[in-house]
Amino acid sequence: MTISVPPPKSLFDKLWERHVVVDETPDSPAVLYIDLHLVHEVTSPQAFSVLNARGVKVRRPDLTIATLDHSTPTLPANANGELPYATAEAKHQVETLIENCSAHGIELLGLDDPRRGIVHVIGPELGLTQPGKTIVCGDSHTSTHGAFGALAFGIGTTEVGHVLATQCVLQRKPKSMRVTFNGALPRGVGAKDMALAMIAQIGADGGQGYAIEFAGEAVRNLSMEGRMTLCNMSIEAGARSGMVAPDETTFTWLNGRDHVPQGLAWNEALAEWSELRTELGAHFDKEATIDATSIRPMITYGVSPDAAAGVDALAPAPQTDAEHHAADYMKFAANRPFSEAAVNRVFIGSCTNSRLSDLREAADVMRGRKVSKGVVALVVPGSEAVKRAAEAEKLDEVFLAAGAQWREPGCSMCIAMNGDSGAPGELVVSTSNRNFIGRQGKGVRTVLASPATAAASAIEGRIADPRPYLLPIKESA
Amino acid sequence: MSFDPIKTLTSRTLVLAQENIDTDQIIPARFLTTTSKEGLGKSVFYDWRYDEDGRPRNSSVFNGVDSDTHQILVAGSNFGCGSSREHAPWALAGFGFRAVISSDIADIFKSNALKNGLLPIEVDDETHKALLASPGTEVTIDLETNTVAFSESRAASFVMEPFARRCLLDGVDPLGHLINQLPAIEAFERAR
Repeated sequence: MTISVPPPKSLFDKLWERHVVVDETPDSPAVLYIDLHLVHEVTSPQAFSVLNARGVKVRRPDLTIATLDHSTPTLPANANGELPYATAEAKHQVETLIENCSAHGIELLGLDDPRRGIVHVIGPELGLTQPGKTIVCGDSHTSTHGAFGALAFGIGTTEVGHVLATQCVLQRKPKSMRVTFNGALPRGVGAKDMALAMIAQIGADGGQGYAIEFAGEAVRNLSMEGRMTLCNMSIEAGARSGMVAPDETTFTWLNGRDHVPQGLAWNEALAEWSELRTELGAHFDKEATIDATSIRPMITYGVSPDAAAGVDALAPAPQTDAEHHAADYMKFAANRPFSEAAVNRVFIGSCTNSRLSDLREAADVMRGRKVSKGVVALVVPGSEAVKRAAEAEKLDEVFLAAGAQWREPGCSMCIAMNGDSGAPGELVVSTSNRNFIGRQGKGVRTVLASPATAAASAIEGRIADPRPYLLPIKESA
Repeated sequence: MSFDPIKTLTSRTLVLAQENIDTDQIIPARFLTTTSKEGLGKSVFYDWRYDEDGRPRNSSVFNGVDSDTHQILVAGSNFGCGSSREHAPWALAGFGFRAVISSDIADIFKSNALKNGLLPIEVDDETHKALLASPGTEVTIDLETNTVAFSESRAASFVMEPFARRCLLDGVDPLGHLINQLPAIEAFERAR
């Protein structure tokens, strides 16, 4: 007699299975249930138009929440209470989401709401993001929410319409990949550096078609903010979703937040969430291993996020056509230290690095120092809540005293569609996620980095290693 | 759906050989404040086609290309990476493209393209190289046989997700398909 033992399951297998409404067949993808749908102004208007044209209502407004982040100004309203929108069209886009939410009964964390912020910052902050959930948004950085052990991925506008109408998407199960960071990170190296090191190793399409699980000692040691930064960047390796199995760090972070179960329900949730981990021997279609102990503070030097190197390295000489094309645009002198490159602008913000811990990291470098003459430094908190918390710690005063600007929450210079952008030819050190040509404004040369590296670069006026700023001041014997 | 069923497509190619062409190149973010799908075609690859003063760039491969006769874009690998903006296929289709051929097309872009009648066709490296090397060549994409044919004797097969293929071939509407699943969706919700 043979006893059939079910094969060990990965976290991803468990998340997937729990949400399949109709199994996939050779002819049709699975119907996958969505627990939380996050909506913003840029990728939703055409979806609402389709629903309205077909006379279809939003099926589960209670599982849908909207906010305004991409097109909103980060400068305050003028004396007449008018916000300085980049264009009349941007204002119209914001008004369209307000109208659509009102017409369909969707809660909107709007311009005057103390809970407003970047969609991937506020989901976790409000406790809407929880282990075990499926979460989608018309935004590729939805992978951020995977930090909590959720299956979270970006969708297009047509699919936004599908979820609004049915609370489901049509999906084939992606392949699975595990990225294991062995060992502990050196001091002064963080989640952003891990993400860039990974993308440099596996490539901008190394995760294409896969759902990534991040594992290993360095991942377990990350704070929730760090895990969000790492999962956020999954898409820059081509993976629609990245995830970390929930643990005590997750549970402690979530406990007591709005929307998180309380009392007995909390204990039940904990029991359920504790099962959300990969079983020993579970199959992965692809594995990558990264030595965390050898990761340095990282920057990008090209026009794709996989063109990343240690901040203390020399700019590589281009070899391929693509590398020559990138080098012509970025203008780093080959075989010279990156630290020779003068910086024009620094952006600290975005769904990758705009949380309180990111702002603290930048403030620790800037405290008591001045932004280099001629450098424009923008600090844009990820949400109203982050802004309040930072101001309660007087981080705003640190930034302002250093000569940096302290703005209202939003996506700002990450996508540069709200009027915040660099000027042609400028070199911008940015804590955001994409160094694509023109991403931060026409002709802008973007260098991706951690908050500490960005802050150090603002102080020095050139690309700078943050580690000297983190070491304790040595006293002479 | 806003497009007609597609069985075959024969057209000339326009080649953009760069790897990792991201959706910010296809349609820069400053054009995303629209609330419509229409009108994006004129802005496709805007910064590749026009200089800082809005004049056509002399070096642009789009110059002199008739969008009626060049409906197939051949691009370097990892085409459509980056943002999930469906504005990218809207802009490409709005310009007149009906297919993109590459060795490797980014997931979200591929999914978005299929929903807008823009065929994302992934071919083997050898076929890809041959197509990259011969801009303007006439290519026939046959969805019924899953083949790409060009240059008299050259042909290659491709794989397309069967449901998406059926949507394109037979005009199946994915939202209609999902709405037909509502009894199962309701049962799933009750059972949780």
